[in-house]
Amino acid sequence: MALLEVNNLDVRFALRGGDVRALRDVCFTLDRGERLGIVGESGAGKSVAAFSLLNLIAKPGYIAGGSIIFDGKELSGMKDRGLRRVRGNRISMIFQDPMMTLNPVLSIGEQMVESLKAHRRISTREARAIALHKLNQVQIPSPETRLDQYPHELSGGMRQRVIIAIALLLDPDIIIADEPTTALDVTIQAEIMDLLLELCDKHNVGLVLITHDLGVVSQVTQRMLVMYAGRVIEQGPTREIINGPQHPYTQGLINALPQMATPGSRLNQIPGSMPSLSNLPSGCAFHPRCGFVNDANGAPRKACLDKVPGFVDSGNCRVACHMVAELVNQQQRDSREEVL
Amino acid sequence: MSDTIVPGRWARFRDSYLLYSFKRDLIAQVSLVIFALLIFAAVFAPWLAPANPYDLAQIDILASELPPFWIDGADPAYLMGTDAQGRDLLSTILYGARVSLIIGFGAVLMQAVIGVSFGLMAGYLGGRVDAFLMRLADIQLSFSTLMVAIIVGALVKAIFGGATFSEYAVPLLVLIIGLAEWPQYARTVRASVLAERSKEYVDAARVMGLKSRRIMFRHILPNTLSPIFVISTVQVANAIISEAALSFLGLGMPETHPSLGSLIKSGFDYIQSGSWWITLIPGAVLVILVLVINLLGDWLRDVLNPRLYKG
Repeated sequence: MALLEVNNLDVRFALRGGDVRALRDVCFTLDRGERLGIVGESGAGKSVAAFSLLNLIAKPGYIAGGSIIFDGKELSGMKDRGLRRVRGNRISMIFQDPMMTLNPVLSIGEQMVESLKAHRRISTREARAIALHKLNQVQIPSPETRLDQYPHELSGGMRQRVIIAIALLLDPDIIIADEPTTALDVTIQAEIMDLLLELCDKHNVGLVLITHDLGVVSQVTQRMLVMYAGRVIEQGPTREIINGPQHPYTQGLINALPQMATPGSRLNQIPGSMPSLSNLPSGCAFHPRCGFVNDANGAPRKACLDKVPGFVDSGNCRVACHMVAELVNQQQRDSREEVL
Repeated sequence: MSDTIVPGRWARFRDSYLLYSFKRDLIAQVSLVIFALLIFAAVFAPWLAPANPYDLAQIDILASELPPFWIDGADPAYLMGTDAQGRDLLSTILYGARVSLIIGFGAVLMQAVIGVSFGLMAGYLGGRVDAFLMRLADIQLSFSTLMVAIIVGALVKAIFGGATFSEYAVPLLVLIIGLAEWPQYARTVRASVLAERSKEYVDAARVMGLKSRRIMFRHILPNTLSPIFVISTVQVANAIISEAALSFLGLGMPETHPSLGSLIKSGFDYIQSGSWWITLIPGAVLVILVLVINLLGDWLRDVLNPRLYKG
């Protein structure tokens, strides 16, 4: 059984005008030491997915259904006390902005010692020793000095190293990294990412990498999810999705990469923008922007306009698209005819 | 990168903006000196004062209403003159300032403990807790401090008698003024907590599996300290004034154990007969005390509010 198993996760925000569904039908698994990428535009539900894994969505958000099974235990209905034992200890998280993630009024050492003492019965001296060891692992120069410094005395890259050290502090099984390098200087992004990957490999930690950056996902992860308007519209092995995207949205995303454009011409883009979650179009949420909404006869497919697409398995991937479903059916019919 | 030397606490203070701005602010310096002198005089009153105004054996009724030293007819033994009962006014003022300051700081401590806890809970937990605590604060604020104090004071006097009231006047006044003014803290703290709660370090602390109580008191509270400091100065001044007002109305410190307020009141009856010093000298001390606290508060507010940095 996988270390983390998410089934039909449904997250809603209770707003004045009724519930807004921020996540629906989200399913995925993560094994020990595996790297999973979650990509999508801003507002597609990537960060909500990350927070709901730890049952930490802020009000008015709530988990309306589905299950999150971590190491054989269900997290979605768990009491706070049990959840606290998982948070930070077994699953930890790295945030986007290292300027904001560390508490400005506590020294690095205090913050690390506090996290350790929240989960283990150890003395401050022992906790400091562990903290020092972790700071060494993230290759911070003169870690003894850093322990007594405050966040504002460190540079951005240094702070993100500290944050990685804090994430690794309790030897977790999974790290969720929510755009860990977006806020950093381009020159140190690669450095920090390499460090994170190296440490995850070394300690056999599963990594959930949330990002806009398809380039990073393609280089780094083994499997990936593509999210659109709160749904996972395509998932499977990263290489297969990057080399042969099936969902029109994924195709559009990959086409929009600067290296896909011919030099001198405009960059490709997907027309329109993502709909607001409170006002989704009928049927497939992507249909107003989809280039394949018309069938062979040139008329819009009725299903695309009326019905939310279900998931179809196509090859090693799972795709939520009526067109792909048609193709798959066609192929199955063809192969059956061949057998006959 | 070379090793950096972590500056010690003293070095941090020496290089801080707080000290830098203090060195350039004459009003703050003068206020601090006067405030420190008053505190010193109040704390060491039993050693500084020429006489003990609480000791009836030292009081000579024949020496009553003697004027201060610069007026003819003064007795050099009584520098600031004497009051209607023959107590040395300087000693009485020193002891009175002591009582006023104890009540002022005690009441503010009480307000801060209640107000900060409630404000933290309301801001961090939100929802029903927030609604309940803030409505409670609204209700509390709709009574004026004096009204609450008068009702409670009168009730205690009626139930337990004047003697008991006099005996427990200090803790009672701390309690009354503390209870009447906590919403100031609760509202300020709640507002800052709301701003802090949405910052990522709070999420990070929750992700680390820390308890709510710990996040509130160890992570959020230190980040809301500047407004707490600023309102504390104003509140100390307010509490001292409230106490003086209550004493003036006869609901505060008894005249046998006077605060600045009850001294002012005790002299008030003799203003017409020419003994103005019994009222005016303690009055001036009260005004100076409250004024320097407020000036220090203003300075602190300017320093701690980064948006007001003048470069």
